[in-house]
Amino acid sequence: MAKKVALLQGNQACAAGAMYAGCTFFAGYPITPSTEVAEELSISLPTIGGKFIQMEDEIAAMAAVIGASLTGAKSITATSGPGVSLKQELIGYACIAEVPCVIINVMRGGPSTGMPTGPGQSDVMQAMWGTHGDHAAIALVPSSVQEIFTETVRAFNLAEKYRMPVQVLFDEIVGHMRERIVFPEPGELEIINRAAPTDPPETYKPYDATKGQVPPLASFGSGYKFHVTGLNKAADGFPTTKAEYVDAEERRQVNKVNDHAAAIESNEEYLTEDAEVLVWAYGSTARSARYAVNELRKEGIKAGLFRPITLWPFPAKRTAELAKQCKAIVVSEMNLGQMIHEVERAAKGNCTVVGEFRVDGEPINPGQIAAKVKEVM
Amino acid sequence: MAYDYDKSIRPGKLPHIWCPGCGHGIVMKGLIRAMDTCGLDRKNTAIVSGIGCASRLPGYLDACTLHTAHGRAAAFATGVKMAKPEMTVICCGGDGDGTAIGGNHFIHACRRNIDMTYVIMNNFIYGMTGGQFSPCTPTGAKASTTPYGNPDPVFDISKLAIGAGATFVARTTAAHPREIDKLITMGIKHKGMAIIEVLDDCPTTYGRRNKFRSVVDMMKHLKANAVPAVAASKLTAEQLQGKFLTGILFQEERPEYCAQYAEVIKKAQA
Amino acid sequence: MSQRYEIRFSGAGGQGLITAGIILAEAASIIEGKSAVQSQSYGPEARGGASKSEVIISDAPIDYPKATIVDACLAMTQEAADKYANGIKEGGLLLLDADYVQKTPVGNFKVYRLPIMRIAKVDVGREIVANVVALGAVVGMTGVVSREAAEEAVLRKVPEAFKELNKKAFNLGFEKGKELLN
Repeated sequence: MAKKVALLQGNQACAAGAMYAGCTFFAGYPITPSTEVAEELSISLPTIGGKFIQMEDEIAAMAAVIGASLTGAKSITATSGPGVSLKQELIGYACIAEVPCVIINVMRGGPSTGMPTGPGQSDVMQAMWGTHGDHAAIALVPSSVQEIFTETVRAFNLAEKYRMPVQVLFDEIVGHMRERIVFPEPGELEIINRAAPTDPPETYKPYDATKGQVPPLASFGSGYKFHVTGLNKAADGFPTTKAEYVDAEERRQVNKVNDHAAAIESNEEYLTEDAEVLVWAYGSTARSARYAVNELRKEGIKAGLFRPITLWPFPAKRTAELAKQCKAIVVSEMNLGQMIHEVERAAKGNCTVVGEFRVDGEPINPGQIAAKVKEVM
Repeated sequence: MAYDYDKSIRPGKLPHIWCPGCGHGIVMKGLIRAMDTCGLDRKNTAIVSGIGCASRLPGYLDACTLHTAHGRAAAFATGVKMAKPEMTVICCGGDGDGTAIGGNHFIHACRRNIDMTYVIMNNFIYGMTGGQFSPCTPTGAKASTTPYGNPDPVFDISKLAIGAGATFVARTTAAHPREIDKLITMGIKHKGMAIIEVLDDCPTTYGRRNKFRSVVDMMKHLKANAVPAVAASKLTAEQLQGKFLTGILFQEERPEYCAQYAEVIKKAQA
Repeated sequence: MSQRYEIRFSGAGGQGLITAGIILAEAASIIEGKSAVQSQSYGPEARGGASKSEVIISDAPIDYPKATIVDACLAMTQEAADKYANGIKEGGLLLLDADYVQKTPVGNFKVYRLPIMRIAKVDVGREIVANVVALGAVVGMTGVVSREAAEEAVLRKVPEAFKELNKKAFNLGFEKGKELLN
């Protein structure tokens, strides 16, 4: 039987991906350009007995998502711009309390209210460092409608596997454009559910590092009574200020991601084997970059594209290898230079790293990228 | 025979952090008695709090306990209750936590009439941070950030809750321990949002700055100025000056939020 | 047809031009199996203002999702013509609503005029289907998708009670568009 296909907006594909992943809870607050994610889930979640709630504000939405996840529900929220800033407080809570959840950030332009209907890619550093304190982060940056579906599924998988918040960031262009999507059959994509505790309720400890870097999380209402707090805590989940516990817990929570960076990493490379100049781009900008690379190749210029799909943890190893191979890397992003700092750090001076940026609400077009490549040749 | 509180307390978690003379312990004991009276299975009871002295309460109780971020208890609790309506959800916290930084969550939880019981311990001050004024600090009172007296008007938490749509609102004080568990029991049994405001004392950061010589003075003050709501109609406005009404202040039946959403699910699945 | 074909629909917000773009993209990608990307830009107004919807159609996967050089452009209002009738390919096509665009944009492209709103109102009977008349005209003039695929896409989009009306609107637009080329 032929697979189901449809012409969908990126935001709609995101909602469909959430449903495929087994999401049963959404809490959110209306904000452009992410609203269609909420609208779609308000339709589809109750059809499977799931819950949709529009909260009083962005912070409340993040709180409700964490609360729901603690009962075992796969939970998601979607937001943009100022909403992402407001959510930072509780993204940190989800980090330290180790509560799986997915945060969709449909990126718009500018700081503050900025450009609500215009695209941007200026939240990418915030995705890593937005919430206070040391913590790990996983952020995925799909660049097509189909990929928004699959990366939303992967975000749930990673959230459940590593017991943490996972962010999916796509710019307004990909969020609002329509493309054909081929729906995967049930079972076609891997679905990961959080590990169930192996200990009985009497001896269960929610942060017991002897159970592994990611200790199993019990659900409220499943027979387990335990304590969850945003304070630094010991293995039993209760607050502690003992230096050795605090240090060990903070390191474990960062290392549970860093030690598995290779498994979490996902990149696409296009014509990089013999590339002399590399375009390093993600999201919709990578689509412009690919177009530019094709045009440059027609002119005999050996250009290639590196497109991270996992942005955090940062693909440092592969970026470093390519920096040794290429004369120059052009980092193109719809901000005034954010990921370029990480690329420079990984390149370690082995090649020239230059940026091609744009923040006027228009996409970075292929001509701009091609011109920059020629400039550094 | 002494009441057995120990079976509700997590082993090894006492002593608590509260100062000698603080009323939060009285409220906690009242809450334990109420949960016992209601026969709550602690495995299916979530106790959710924000930040502050009062918000440390859940950590001592043997249940599914969630100590969240400042002001956010009602919002986290809404997620828990929506996702698992079969759980009993109890929120607890202080006046600053619930009505200042958490004010928006507080009023909207009331508006939705989601089935939970919120025990709000109003000791008129931010205690944990050292006694700064809260929205409930009396006008003119001294706090660490009102050295010349508090210029701010005061929130009446119970009135706020009634105005926002809570369907069971009651008030008592830490000087009325039996009424605490009676009202919390009624709140838990009520289907919808129940707000139990407990006027409480903070001898360390409020009392000593405001001419209360001792904890006993503060308790006497709470006792002397509490007027049962049922008796209030017989008193003149002059006689009610400076008093606070206690007991059930408001009660009505209105569709509960999770039940309403169950109807949404029915429609979506039709 | 060149490998990448770019069409821009523009007009006033609320005229249904985003829907016209979506229908064209569905005809190309779902019915004909080509690649298509539809995107739009919009301001804060839900109604009024100028809005545009772009459709890129290609035999190959589409990288850059926005217009590079437009093959065919539709402008339903003067504001839309002023704002969006640009970047049109040399020898490309610009279709204007004859009644609503007085000042013709200047460029190295062919300009055609059709009273789209009037056709919808008078000949079809409902102004609301002007977007479908416009879609029919664009398909008739460009042949970017087949007449059958576009008609099917239109009919998939509308409720049963409005199928006849939309069918009439599409086919009238298609015929009038084709006539313009003669």
